This record gives sequence, C-alpha cells and structure tokens, in this order.
Amino acid sequence: MGDINYRTIKQITNVLLFVEGVRDAAYNELVEIRTPDGTSLTGQVLDSRDGMAIVQSFGETRGMDLSSTSVRFLGTTAQLAVSTDMLGRIFDGVGRPRDGGQQIYSEEKLDINGGTINPYAREEPSEFIQTGISTIDGMNTLVRGQKLPIFSGSGLPHNRLAAQIARQAKLLNSSEEFSVVFGGIGINSEEANFFRKEFEDTGALERAVMFLNLSSDPSMERIILPRLALTTAEYLAYEQDMHVLVILSDMTNYAEALREVSAAREEVPGRRGYPGYMYTDFSTIYERAGKINGRKGSITQIPILTMPGDDITHPIPDLTGYITEGQIVMSRDLYRKDIYPPVDVLLSLSRLMNQGIGKGRTREDHRGVADQLYSAYANGKDLRSLTEIVGEEALSANDRKYLNFANMFEDKFVRQGYYEDRSIEDTLSLGWDLLSSLDVSEMKRVKDEYIKKYGRWKEAEKDEE
Amino acid sequence: MAEKGNIYRISGPVVIAHGLESPKMYDVVKVGKMQLVGEIIKINGDDAVIQVYEDTSGLKPGETVENTHRQLSVMLAPGILGSIYDGIQRPLDKIKASSGDFIARGVNVEAVDTKKKWHFVPVAKNGSEVKQGDIIGEVQETGLIKHKVMVPVGMNGKIDKLKEGDYTVTDKICGIIGSTGSKSDVSMLQYWPVRIARPVVEKLPPHIPLITGQRVIDTFFPVAQGGTAAVPGPFGSGKTVIQHQLAKWSESDIVVYVGCGERGNEMTEILTTFPELKDPKTGKPLMDRTILIANTSNMPVAAREASIYTGIALAEYYRDMGYNVALMADSTSRWAEALREISGRLEEMPGEEGYPAYLGRKVAEFYERAGMVKVLNGKIGSITAIGAVSPPGGDISEPVSQNTLRVTRVFWALDASLANRRHFPSINWLNSYSLYMDDLGGWYSENAGKEWVQLRTEMMGILQKEAEINEVVQLVGYDALPEKEKETLDIAKSIREDYLQQSAFDDVDTYTSTKKQYIMLKSIKMMHDAEAKAIDRGVLVEQMQKTTAKEKMARMKFVKEADIDNYFKEFEGSLSDFESIESGNK
Repeated sequence: MGDINYRTIKQITNVLLFVEGVRDAAYNELVEIRTPDGTSLTGQVLDSRDGMAIVQSFGETRGMDLSSTSVRFLGTTAQLAVSTDMLGRIFDGVGRPRDGGQQIYSEEKLDINGGTINPYAREEPSEFIQTGISTIDGMNTLVRGQKLPIFSGSGLPHNRLAAQIARQAKLLNSSEEFSVVFGGIGINSEEANFFRKEFEDTGALERAVMFLNLSSDPSMERIILPRLALTTAEYLAYEQDMHVLVILSDMTNYAEALREVSAAREEVPGRRGYPGYMYTDFSTIYERAGKINGRKGSITQIPILTMPGDDITHPIPDLTGYITEGQIVMSRDLYRKDIYPPVDVLLSLSRLMNQGIGKGRTREDHRGVADQLYSAYANGKDLRSLTEIVGEEALSANDRKYLNFANMFEDKFVRQGYYEDRSIEDTLSLGWDLLSSLDVSEMKRVKDEYIKKYGRWKEAEKDEE
Repeated sequence: MAEKGNIYRISGPVVIAHGLESPKMYDVVKVGKMQLVGEIIKINGDDAVIQVYEDTSGLKPGETVENTHRQLSVMLAPGILGSIYDGIQRPLDKIKASSGDFIARGVNVEAVDTKKKWHFVPVAKNGSEVKQGDIIGEVQETGLIKHKVMVPVGMNGKIDKLKEGDYTVTDKICGIIGSTGSKSDVSMLQYWPVRIARPVVEKLPPHIPLITGQRVIDTFFPVAQGGTAAVPGPFGSGKTVIQHQLAKWSESDIVVYVGCGERGNEMTEILTTFPELKDPKTGKPLMDRTILIANTSNMPVAAREASIYTGIALAEYYRDMGYNVALMADSTSRWAEALREISGRLEEMPGEEGYPAYLGRKVAEFYERAGMVKVLNGKIGSITAIGAVSPPGGDISEPVSQNTLRVTRVFWALDASLANRRHFPSINWLNSYSLYMDDLGGWYSENAGKEWVQLRTEMMGILQKEAEINEVVQLVGYDALPEKEKETLDIAKSIREDYLQQSAFDDVDTYTSTKKQYIMLKSIKMMHDAEAKAIDRGVLVEQMQKTTAKEKMARMKFVKEADIDNYFKEFEGSLSDFESIESGNK
C-alpha cells in the first residue's frame, strides 16, 4: 500500500488532515505528506476507520490544499535509525541533521514509542550519582536510573543547574562518564546555544546527542522530539552499554503542543484544557528511565519544566510529580536573594534517595544528617515568618538559634558556585558544621554514635548526652 | 466463522468492530492479528465498542475480532499467593520469560501454573450433601496459608469420589451429583468474572481493628477489619510509603496490593523488597501471604481500569475461605483517570472535570465490596479496602476525592506541609478522622490496655490545644505565654516528634506493637503530670529541657519490643529528676 498517494483529503486544520477513501491505515502508522510546492512532511495516523484516516502532521499545514496535497502511508509506525554515529551530532525535532552533517543511515531502526519495561525486569536504581551540588547530593540524592525533574519558573536559572549537573555528574570510585542526550523542546536559540557551548567547552559534545526544536520551529515536532531523544538513549544504554543522562527542556512546551493537538481533535478537555490522557502520555516519556537487569547501561532523566505562574499545582508539574521519582524545585525567593542554585529543599524530594545513600554508598550518617537539616531548616523558616509579626525579641533563645541556622543554611549550604563541585564528604561536613550551631539535645534525627563520630560540639556538651 | 467480526475503527485504546455475532456487554474479545485482549463496553446497532488492554499501534481496519463469549475473569486456584500480576492477571515473570525485558503484546500466559501438582487433603466426606461455597478440602498453598478448595458458586449436591492425593489444578478431585442426578466434575480451578461481587450470606458490623503497627493509625485513626479507608494526598506526601507499610505490617491473613498506574521503579522496589521481608510473628516470608498486581503508568490504560477489579475479586476469593484480607489500591485516582480517558474516547457527555457521570457509582460499588461478612460456608471473613487518592495539587475538593470520602469511613489526610518538614507519616492529626473509633473502643480497652481510650482522648486534646495556643503565639509571641501553656506546647511537641513521627526506614521504629504503643502513651502522660507538678512549684519549662526523662522519651521509639519493659522502668525512675529542679521563679 506504500505506493498509493491519496489525494482525497477532505478537511485540513492547523495540525490535522482528514483523508477519505483509506481502507486500512494502521493506528499510529507513519505517513508522508507532500504539499503542492513539493515539500514533504511527516505525519502520523491518530484515528483510523474503514474509509477515513485522521492524520496529524508534524509540520505546519501552511500551504496545503485539498486538491493537490497527497498523503502516502508508509506501512510502519514511527521509527528512528540509530547508531553510535549519532554521538556528537545535532538533529531537529523529527531527526533530520541540524548541523549540516550527513543523515544517519543504519540497519538498526527502533520504534520511537519504545516498549514498556516489565517491572520484573527492572533493576532497582541504587547507585549514587554525585552531582557536586549540596542541595541535591546531601538532601535530594540522585541515583542512576532515576527520573528527577527540575520544577522551575520562567527566568530562573534551571538551564545552568541542568548544565552543571551534566558537567559534574559522576559515580564515586568510577571513572565512567555519562553520555548526554539533550532534548530541547521549543526552547529559544539562546538557550540552545548555551547548551551547545557548554557541551563544547567541557568536551562533552562528543559524548552527546542533541535534538533541538526551537520556539520558531513547528510545534507538532515537539510531540515527537522527546520520543526520539529517549529512543536514542535506550539504544545507547541498552545496546551500547552506556550510562545516559537525558535532559529534556522544556516539558511545559511539550504539554502545550499536546493540548494543541487535543483541541484540534475537539476532544473533551481535562483540567485547564489539557487532555484527559496527559498523565498517561507523560508516563510514556518519563517511564523510559531506569535500569534493566543484566544490561549494563542505564537511563537517568532530568526533565525540566517551567511552572506557569510558579504554580506547583498546575497540571503540568502536578501530573509530572505523580510519575517522577521526586522533584527539584527552584525558588524565586532564593533567586531574589541572589542565591545560586536557588533550590527550595523543603519542596524538593528524591524518592530513591534511601536506596542510594548510607554506609558503603555515601556515608552512614547521611540519612540522619539530611533529616536533621530538613527539620531544622523548616523550623527556622517558620520562625522567620513568625518574627515578621512579633519581632525577633519575642523568640526564645533556642528559637533564635534556629532562625540563625536557616539564614546560614541558605547562605552556606544552598549557595554554591556554578563551577563549584563539592564532594559528598564536603557536603555532609558542611551539614554538621551548620547543625553544630544548634544545641546537641535538639539532634533527634541523628543517632548518638554519629553525633559522637561526626558532630562538632565541644566535648563538654557531648558528655551531657 | 460466525464468531468473528472485523475492526471498523481504531482510536487509541478504543476499537469499534462490526459484524460480531450476538456480542454481549463485557464479553472478552481477541482483537486483530496480534490477538490483543479487549472487552466490549458498548453496543450500538452493529457496532461493538471494545476497550483494548494492550497498545493498539499498528492495528488496521478490517482485521478480525474474535468473541470468546467469556467475561473478564480471574483464575482462582492454588498458586495465586506470591504471584505478581499485571492488570488482567497475567504473571509478570511469565510474561518476561516469554517476551523478554519489554512487555510484548498479545502474550498468552496463564495466571497459575497448571502443571504443578498440589497435595490435596479432603475435609468433606463422600456422599455428604454440600452447597455452594462449602469447603471440600485443603491444600497447603504457602508456608503461611492453607488454601481451602470450595464448591463453585451455583453448585449443590452430593460429593462423589473425593480422594486425597496429588493433583494439578485442572485435575478432577471429585464429582458432585445434583438433586436431579446431574453430575458435575470439580477441580481446584474456578473462574470468576471480576466485575461481579462474589455472593455472601450477610454483612456484619466491624468490631476488630486492623492493627498496622503504625502509631498514628492504630492510636488515633484506626481502621476496622472489613472497613474502608481513604488516603488522599498530593505527590510527595508519602501515600505510597504508607500503603507499603500497611502491606508489610498489617495484621491480616492475606494482603492484595494493587499498584494502579504506579511508577515502574516503585513496583520494582516492591518486587525486590517484599520477598526478603519476614512476617514478624511466624518468620515466614511475607510474600507467602501477598498478591501483587502491578500496572505501571505506562501500561495500557484499559488494563489499569481492570486492575482494581482483578484485585478485589482475588481478595473476595480468599475472604470466602474465611480469611481476613487487606486490599491496598495505589492510586484510585489513576483508575478514575483511566475511566475518564476511555469515557472521553467514547465521546460520552462528561460530568465534573471531564470525569464520566458514573464515577461516583463506580467508586461506591468498589468500596461496597469490602466488609466483614458471613460467607456462604458460614465462616467469617473480611476485606479491608484502603485506597490512595492523588488529588491534583492536593486539593481534595476534586471529584475523585469527594466521591471516595462519601463512601469510606476512615480519612487519613496527608499533609504536604508536614511532609515538607519530613514529619512522616504525614497524617494530619487535626483533619483526619476514623468513624470506627467507637466500634473499636471495646477491643482496645480489652486487648491493648485499660486506659487506652482515655489516654488517646487526652493526647488528642493536647494536640488540639496546641493548635489553639499556636494561634495566640502568632499574635503575642511565645515569651508572653504563661508557663502552663508553654508546658502544653512542650508535651504536644513530644507527642508529635516522639510518638506520631515514625520512620518506615528504621528497623525498630518501622513497626510498633499495641503493647509498646500503650507504654509510650503512658510515658508521655506521666511526663506531662510530672512537668505539671514542677510548674506548680514554680519551675520554668526552659529548665526542664535537658532532663534525662525527656532524652529517654525521645529514644523510646527506637527501643526494641523485647527491651521495652525494662526501658519503661528506667524512664519511670528518671521522672524524679523533675522533682529536683529548683524553682526558677524569683
């Protein structure tokens, strides 16, 4: 059937084509659309019935007409030719070279929708990744095979943070480096250049594959792009034994594109106009992170999304948070205080932290220190808002210590340089330093033996214990 | 073949077929060349609308659709316990064996091993009259659980040729001769349609708590065996950890855990940790009493819809043997979203927030299958249903939360602000409730400690008082409070930190027996009394902070069950410290 060019389009919207007379288009089948001026676009079957197929075009439908635009069904679902030649290359949203280089030719073609990993075949992620960033390593630890998004807001330095993670990420006691697959979804050219330059400067480019769809490129490509990026990542991880870090920025643009298609199909909308299946759709992206038993490679995902209006309950961050294994949340308050990276540790979370830390992985006292830092900082922040009403004088001596702790925590622990790569030992020591400004009797989350071993309290105080 | 129809239209998980002969609602069909499993959910003239449990990519109009004329059913037989199934009861390990690391489509694997031989011991006698649900024999299914083989529902008569021996689940173990002389063969294997509740004699009022070893639940918001509970909370508030803790530690005979639209890595965590866990009482592996249903978020959405029913049908089967079953569903919101997604594809008129108008009915029907009941054979069994809800943005005014709260009797309100400060379990003590409190009071007084009810009421009173005082503090500051109120805050802090907070990851703290809970409650009460006395003498709250008693209270949750009696004596002794503090009031 691949030879038939259908010229029976009955309706065109900005993203959809309704093709009549088609008898057996397969659901999700790939199509080639040829416009009157001879350009060729890719599309996909969204709805197939006996006599009609609804096709979603991945490019703009500008210039298409009913009489001379033709559609050819390609007989396969969307596939990507993969090879290790992709490393060091830059592609567009549908996989065409963007760097002036050769098209990738390979025998090996993979379905871009991937498969569902059998939970039975997964390996529990447990290898600590040292990112060199205290707020992540110390309190929201990333492990290999995890999906940990960055929830940010417009104008916040999420891209710098992602680039810093990509640059510094390593396993302890191992020289293995991560390969990076970068998916730029509807980002502007400055952001794209930032990442490209960053990868070039650090020499990471030769270990990186970039897929770029700029804000001026067709929005429909944004739906395909993350799938191409992840298919590439899966090939590198599961067939080439590489450890892959996938950075997707910005997932908010992906969701917008999804909503656009849904609206064009006149579907019943869910919350805020986003389609009711957005959760399922997100999961087919985010769930493509992990490790598989018996295979060497791994996929660690760091999707970035900007929360519209900094609202964490917006459907995009909300549905993401229910699928990913935690989140790193950026705070505008901290950013205003000129603190980089402005990570709000109280709202951030790594669900796989416990598997990656502790004796033999990071350090035995890690869990306790992190918990203690959390509760002390939370307490200090509460008191900070209290003093705004009653003034600092109304606080007890102990409370004042907490207030002071919160300030120091932000200034010393959260704040660090863009090129500052802290080891986990440094991070934990820093934590103990800060905690020692509080009374030792307040240390309810840490075991006594660790207080004795790592604490900075004077001996006299320790004896009181 | 007349049985076969053809695909007319494919739209996501929904397929419309033409030409199926006498399609019935909820018939299971095999769709296309790949033989994907689907279910008829709507009939319109010649159109049969099918929801397909597997990815439909690549299906074409014109491919055949075959009607099996069976409803979506579970396979009931020895060998279920310890299994890990997908949403339609296909064992994941067998899927892996047949299709590799990624789940392939159209995999046909059986829920239980039909080759394995089980040793069957009859308990009924040949020639005796039996009716549906009666137990005719037993099989030691796992180290912990005896599987009771029952007369299938709808069958009555005289037992014929029943014999002890080693049988596979499909072997005939006896015949049953009906009153009309009709003979039916009985094997250990039965089928039951998942969407239909198994019949029972009557529902009984629940009166025994489901002890979970989680202090905040057992003490303040207990759920009864046969009861229903809802756990709504935003992401990151610890819903899943609570569900895991209940699955691990709750004192039920059987645990059915339905991971509905969950994270893949999280399911893997369960798969790797559960087999290593031991039952605290018997020392046998916990998997011996557990059934896991794992439907990750990226598995087909229709199978997610079915997974809840698969879970509860299996739970009912074990309940009918007279067991107490606890069913955890995480998360029912994903199930509701599956309903919404399919309803949207059917272009049904939406109700609130795009959910179908029948959402409330479906939620109620599900929870109604829980309960403590007298089963057909006269035994008492129960299903406790605990459903997690994931409200968008943590706002429980949304339809799934509201419909769930209408029908469940326990509400554990998970609180993001508690979770953010790592207060776990993050069950908010002011907003949560348990309507079983009064029904269960008698049990607690008898089995957990005479003063249990009184202690609990008093502690809750202190926590409520704390909230009130804190409002005052917001206005006037802490220092302006009288010492008595400062002391209330001090004790409330102790209740929160030393009692309510419980670490799921600490070997000792993860489970607390009711005995230890009682001792801990009593200790806090005693400390409260001692502090109050000291304050009457003019001692300041500030002066009492560094006492050994306070230190000991903070460490009590980490004391092993075996050492708790001695530790309590030490604690009691240390209370005299309060008497020796001199008055700080000038």
